[in-house]
Amino acid sequence: MDSGFRTPLGKVRGLGSAKEGVSHWWMQRVTAVALVPLVLLFVSFLIMLANEPYGTVTAFMGKPFVAAVSLLLIVALFWHLKLGLQVVIEDYVHHEWTKIVSLLAMTFAIIIIGLSCALAVLFMAIAGG
Amino acid sequence: MASAQKTNVQRPLSPHLQIYKPQITSFMSIMHRATGCALGVGTLLFAWWLVAAASGPAAYAQVHGFMGSILGRLILLGFTFALFFHLCNGIRHLFWDAGRGFELKTVTVTGVAVLISASVLTVASWCLAYSMRGM
Repeated sequence: MDSGFRTPLGKVRGLGSAKEGVSHWWMQRVTAVALVPLVLLFVSFLIMLANEPYGTVTAFMGKPFVAAVSLLLIVALFWHLKLGLQVVIEDYVHHEWTKIVSLLAMTFAIIIIGLSCALAVLFMAIAGG
Repeated sequence: MASAQKTNVQRPLSPHLQIYKPQITSFMSIMHRATGCALGVGTLLFAWWLVAAASGPAAYAQVHGFMGSILGRLILLGFTFALFFHLCNGIRHLFWDAGRGFELKTVTVTGVAVLISASVLTVASWCLAYSMRGM
């Protein structure tokens, strides 16, 4: 690899800009790819359940395959959302402390909402089985 | 960025958004971010539905009642379109990440294709959901 564009500091450290630097970008793509089939599957579940009575909905959501798809969707979706909203906050909130507080609030909110969703799915999987 | 604010030097700025003529490229880019944020807010509905379903028939009846109302249906329709827009345009982005589809003509064609497929998927989903009613 040609190192003509590397900064003196980068050469001294001997690490360059790789390692963890691309993990945000990469995980956004990994979760995006995962979300394509997961979203399509879950939307088809919702279409099927739209007019069903309560008992049918919980019984269906409690099926192992449905619960697995739901849990995978929840993990990929809230992870993807966290990465996306992080970029939006970093782009528009320039005041350092406001930015840090916004990022923390956003991360905590996503963890709370995501965990609630995951627990709801687990509850239906256990109660239904 | 923080240091530039502190020094307050009057540097020339690049032209702002309103200077440019609207183009499908910029429109799709802005819409991708806007739908992403809207879907983020929409996850509250998703969470409400899941938690209510796990909580019991009374809580579920509340969500179901809201989703069935005119306002609920309008929000769900917007949610559906935002979801399919972000999904289709996200796939367009993944092709760019793979280094494909950067020619100006291709960018325009795929942009229009995303708009059409998002609309078709939205209408198809709602037609399917309504057709399941009688079953």
